Amino acid sequence: MTTIPPAQSGPSELGGGGALAAVLDRVERDEERGVSLWRGAFRRLRRNPSAIIGAAIMLAFVLVAVLAPLIAGYEPGRPIPSSGITPSSVPGPSPEHPWGLDSTGADLLTQIVFGARQSLVIGVISTAIGFVAGAALGLLAGGIGGTVDMLVMRVVDIMLSIPSLLLAVSVAAVLGQSRTSVMIAIGVAQVPIFARLLRGSLLQQRAADYVLASFSIGLRRRTVVMSHMLPNALGPIIVQATLTLATAIIEVAALSYLGLGDPNPSVAEWGRMLVKAQPRLDSDPHLALLPGTAIAVTAFGFTLFGEALREALDPKFRR
Amino acid sequence: MLRFVIRRLALLVPVLLGLLVLLFGWLRALPGDPARAMLGQRATPDAIARVNAQYGFDKPLLEQFFTYIGQLLQGNFGASTRTGEPVLDSFLLRFPATVELALAALLFAVAIGIPLGYYAARHAGGIIDTMAVSGSLLGVSIPVFFLAYLLKLVFSVGIGPLEFLAVLPTSGRQDVTIDATHLTNFYVLDGLLTREWDAAWDAVVHLVLPGIALGTIPLAIITRITRASVLEVLHEDYVRTAEAKGLTRSLIRRRHVLRNALLPVVTTIGLQAGLLFSGAVLTESVFAINGIGSYLFLAIGQLDYAVLQGYILFIAVGYALINMLVDLSYGLIDPRVRVS
Repeated sequence: MTTIPPAQSGPSELGGGGALAAVLDRVERDEERGVSLWRGAFRRLRRNPSAIIGAAIMLAFVLVAVLAPLIAGYEPGRPIPSSGITPSSVPGPSPEHPWGLDSTGADLLTQIVFGARQSLVIGVISTAIGFVAGAALGLLAGGIGGTVDMLVMRVVDIMLSIPSLLLAVSVAAVLGQSRTSVMIAIGVAQVPIFARLLRGSLLQQRAADYVLASFSIGLRRRTVVMSHMLPNALGPIIVQATLTLATAIIEVAALSYLGLGDPNPSVAEWGRMLVKAQPRLDSDPHLALLPGTAIAVTAFGFTLFGEALREALDPKFRR
Repeated sequence: MLRFVIRRLALLVPVLLGLLVLLFGWLRALPGDPARAMLGQRATPDAIARVNAQYGFDKPLLEQFFTYIGQLLQGNFGASTRTGEPVLDSFLLRFPATVELALAALLFAVAIGIPLGYYAARHAGGIIDTMAVSGSLLGVSIPVFFLAYLLKLVFSVGIGPLEFLAVLPTSGRQDVTIDATHLTNFYVLDGLLTREWDAAWDAVVHLVLPGIALGTIPLAIITRITRASVLEVLHEDYVRTAEAKGLTRSLIRRRHVLRNALLPVVTTIGLQAGLLFSGAVLTESVFAINGIGSYLFLAIGQLDYAVLQGYILFIAVGYALINMLVDLSYGLIDPRVRVS
């Protein structure tokens, strides 16, 4: 972790050795010593109610996803035999099925709970793809600069101008329609965003005095970039990763809606549940409301936390 | 200013060319081919060869590329392999639907977003501010098509005791029973031009729900940007000076605060407009609107080369034009950034 260099806090010029002066001096020194960027951010996060709400939602989501088999009473995607589903209605809540059944005859609670698992896996892996590939490109561009920077950024510009829908369909056409395709499509679409962010914040660092100082004492470029500039430039892309998790969860649903999602019927997925619920919107709106709310609340939690983290790391909001 | 416009347009040419080369290669590298997509899985090799010859897909790639560029220069965007119609004709038929939808969404987003963002900043920390901020975070968290479902459910299908709210149409651009004349395919404009007021009004009513569904994310973004930007300007010394001079509140608001805070807002509106004009496949499909978003989607599924190429060119030009307008508007809003 990076620390802000302690300011000079030599003996008080005003002299005076009273107890009050000593206390004042100490308070002053505490303020001047400064705390690590991340520790300071954490302190501010703890005081921010929206960060706490966001973190609570995130935690609940992860817990549900991890403990899905314990919470759900059934296997996902498996229709309950003789469930009594008719084209116009689905069975409502009963002791065995607290939320009733969905339109495919599977237990609705089970589907929602396992849906969290699917969202978490796709969200985390696709964000990781975007983060790693984007950060690598951004590091090349911002760390080396010059011609490399120019070339990398043109590639990034071209990536930005390709419709994400075309990308998703292309990936599905090459790799076949699967969960992997969904993760790659969502992740790759995020690469240019991460690349631009990291490059931008590296450029900002490059102008800083400490970078000039490191170069002038003869450190190699690689050392300066990797162990001095990079740690200081990570903030924005870490915030972006939190926000991307929210986007990814929404995107999964959108791809399912367009028929480009994971086709495996034994995997519960919130977007597909929403799509399947559409013909029954008049009679059983809860079939759409539950997965829809699950998506919205989860995405809201990640967004809330991401925004709070952005504020906490922003030097403008410090102190 | 004219020179600025010309230079920007000239810069567009190499970008478009690069984009076309990339796209041309990309589409043809994908597995599957348009002839098979068109004729189905059981097409005979003979029939596929015939279609390929008809559209020139059997020629070398380089030749196909230059034939396409030659056609483009004559204003011919080729024909869709899916429908056989000229790409330009289908575009002119569908683009007005997208423009109407996008304008409805933008109107919703800007008309609410800027005042709300301003008010929230002015009363930062207050209840309206807290609600605006968390509402805008929620707005970007709801999947568009889910929001569209909800709106449809409440305002056109009707639920239980709230049945009386269900007054809006479920889908489409105009009631089929209305016999409207279509000159431009902008339904609202057509109704006004032909003085068929009921047709125009019906088209407007059909835009309300899709406009709100599509406009919610832009609304959330515009509100937040306006709030942040106004908040920054409010703390500037010149605002305090203006207050100290005793200028009226509305004058300070118009001349000092809003005008200085508007630059990032305009940039954001431009970006959002670009996104909206490139079509909204989700909203279009929930509300059964035949815009270019759903056109692109159908074309991708069938590897409809001419349509995809035409679409991307069109969108790239559209983005460039919107960006130019945004840059030009900077000069109007802030004399310090007059373009040279």
